Amino acid sequence: MALKPRIRRTRKGTFALNIPREERDALRSLPGQLRDLLATDDPALERLFPPAYPADPHAQADFASVTHDDLRSGKLTSIEVMERTIDADRLDEEQLLAWLGSINDLRLVFGTRLGVTEETDERSFPPEDPRAFAFALYAYLGWLEEQAVEALAAGIDPRGIGPQSGDFEAR
Amino acid sequence: MIVWNDPINLMSYVTYVFQKLFGYSREKAAKLMMDVHVKGKAVVSSGSREKAEWDVSRLHAHGLWATMERS
Repeated sequence: MALKPRIRRTRKGTFALNIPREERDALRSLPGQLRDLLATDDPALERLFPPAYPADPHAQADFASVTHDDLRSGKLTSIEVMERTIDADRLDEEQLLAWLGSINDLRLVFGTRLGVTEETDERSFPPEDPRAFAFALYAYLGWLEEQAVEALAAGIDPRGIGPQSGDFEAR
Repeated sequence: MIVWNDPINLMSYVTYVFQKLFGYSREKAAKLMMDVHVKGKAVVSSGSREKAEWDVSRLHAHGLWATMERS
């Protein structure tokens, strides 16, 4: 049986959220958990703040000094939006992008902690495995994210907006 | 500037991020995503050091694993 889609683009360009109560309850505490994690030096955070210069500590320190605070505050803003709209029936694009950001960060944290590889599937975490619940949540977030991406991507011109957009020196 | 493969980010998400950040067509974005996925890494944009650092920081903000190319 196919599950009903949870996120759908409306003709007005907003996004209808058709998420059952029990799923919202499962999602509810996750943004706060991510905020708490951001206040620690948990090793899973390395995946959220990757180095631009992995082989050059000096250049990396300069890069991080310029980018780290903005990266962190962007994540906190997304967390706040998702918390505030967790029971909403409808989101605007900016709000859905905030959900997408937080959901993707949560997947990166869960996936890193679970040691997910290309070969991981539901058989990797059978019900008796203590990590099975975390993996189910990870899989659910992936399913939800897939729908958010599809709904958002439908608003982008598939032809792109030209090569110069990604190459500001050509201007 | 290089994007590295990772087993967590969704293929559809990576394609969407390339379209959104760089204005690439869906076809080009999907090809770059497949390059990352199959070859383990791909050069996704190029330019001055300043521009590459800006692109790396935007990719990091979207959870992608990007590094500066050593030249």
